[in-house]
Amino acid sequence: MKIKLESKNVDVYYDKLKALSNINMIIPENAVTALIGPSGCGKSTFLRLFNRMNDYIDSFKLSGDVLIDGQNIYEKNILVDELRKNVGMVFQKPNPFPKSIFDNVAYGLKIQGIKDKEFLRKRVKDALVQAALWDEVKDDLNKSALSLSGGQQQRVCIARTLAVEPTILLMDEPTSALDPIATTKVEQLITSLKEKYTIVIVTHNMQQAGRISDYTSFFYMGDLIEFDKTDVIFTNPKQKQTENYITGRFG
Amino acid sequence: MKKYKEKLIEFFLKLTALVTILTTIGIIWVLLSESISFFKEVSILEFITDKQWTPLFARKHFGIMPLISGTILTTIIALCVSLPIGLTIAIYLSEYAHIKIKKTIKPLLEILAAVPTVVYGFFALMVVTPFLQNIIPGLAGFNSLSAGIVMGIMIIPFISSLSEDALSSVPRSLRDASYGMGATRLQTSFKVMVPAASSGIVVSVILAFSRAIGETMIVAIAAGQQPRLTLNPLVPVETITAYIVQVSLGDVAHGSLEYKTIFAAGITLFVFTFILNNISYWIRKKFREEYE
Repeated sequence: MKIKLESKNVDVYYDKLKALSNINMIIPENAVTALIGPSGCGKSTFLRLFNRMNDYIDSFKLSGDVLIDGQNIYEKNILVDELRKNVGMVFQKPNPFPKSIFDNVAYGLKIQGIKDKEFLRKRVKDALVQAALWDEVKDDLNKSALSLSGGQQQRVCIARTLAVEPTILLMDEPTSALDPIATTKVEQLITSLKEKYTIVIVTHNMQQAGRISDYTSFFYMGDLIEFDKTDVIFTNPKQKQTENYITGRFG
Repeated sequence: MKKYKEKLIEFFLKLTALVTILTTIGIIWVLLSESISFFKEVSILEFITDKQWTPLFARKHFGIMPLISGTILTTIIALCVSLPIGLTIAIYLSEYAHIKIKKTIKPLLEILAAVPTVVYGFFALMVVTPFLQNIIPGLAGFNSLSAGIVMGIMIIPFISSLSEDALSSVPRSLRDASYGMGATRLQTSFKVMVPAASSGIVVSVILAFSRAIGETMIVAIAAGQQPRLTLNPLVPVETITAYIVQVSLGDVAHGSLEYKTIFAAGITLFVFTFILNNISYWIRKKFREEYE
């Protein structure tokens, strides 16, 4: 097991509110790691540390180290734009741009200055194939992405992220706005992607964490309560709090 | 009893709306009837094709083109000033500025629109023109350049505020998506935010355009009163609005042909602004993006 992401003594404050306290955790490469816990427990904040999306919140303050491949990504010489090309993110609500499907998926490549049409077409196709959407949209790539169904839109967003070939995928409740059929498709997709990517997923859906993840960490009130293999967390948790949450006794 | 009260209130509300509509209809009616009687004496062909506008002279010509060229010239100059500045401000405020700065700057900018236009006109004539004369020798005392520039400053808040509103109403999630892909603020602004807000931005520009065409005081004071078919910004011109002011304040006899020219000029202006407002309405309806 190779360590891809790591947090060391991480504290996060929003003004005086402590959102995360002393988080020490590792996230293994080429596996799906689920972050679970009740709303407001800090799991989304933790997820967004790894592509520095919290930087846009004015009151955000961080201490401790956040490492990707052993490199602290909060060091001064880190270029945030470059970092995010390696760390893709899929959001809670599908958020395709009001552009065509093709332009959505090609967006990340175009902003890197790539103009070669042949190359763009190939990458867009590969990304859509990986996102299990190619067969559904291959004939109308010029259609607006907004005309697709919610599940398709979310897969466009995943394809958009994959097109720049990141190594890490952060997913913030990617199926919470989708119906069960679309959810199943996205879950299958996540399972198939873990061979190539390191995936971290925030979810409120316990069954989902159980179905798709290899590792699970349980957050509560800004603390990391427990981190282990998913089957251990779900069958034999060491902490009472974890057990209570898993079995639905609170939260 | 209560029922009658409700009916009475409804009646008054209806009446208020009706008065507004009737006023508009009245204005259009007067414009139309007076200009129809004008066009009985002067053919529309002459009105549109003649290159001179001298209704107050002995040798009368009734070509509206010089007035239109004066109007368009000052308006284009105004847009050349206000469009880049207004858009830059809008992008700065919505994408770069801290929320506190935005909340201070936006109302301050809107003060620009609250300055009486006669002050702007005076400013153009007494400050901007003398200043420009230092740089451009041969600039006439009355000219469309300084009038246009000052008018451009006046309409900056139209463009900056309305465009900023359009940019701010683009869902936060699109911005997140773009940043999440590794886009810079500049790329996010121009590749995602501006295109997504484009209909609102275009509408703001059209409204500013329409405001500039109808603007009267600045051009009447600073651009001169010489109808002239030219695109030279350095010489005096006359706009449609300035002509109407000139004749209304003058001593032409009511009911005379000279008097009727202001209605012909007025309806020309009305046609312009009417078309522009309709275009903006159409764009707003057609291109309203559904994001959800």
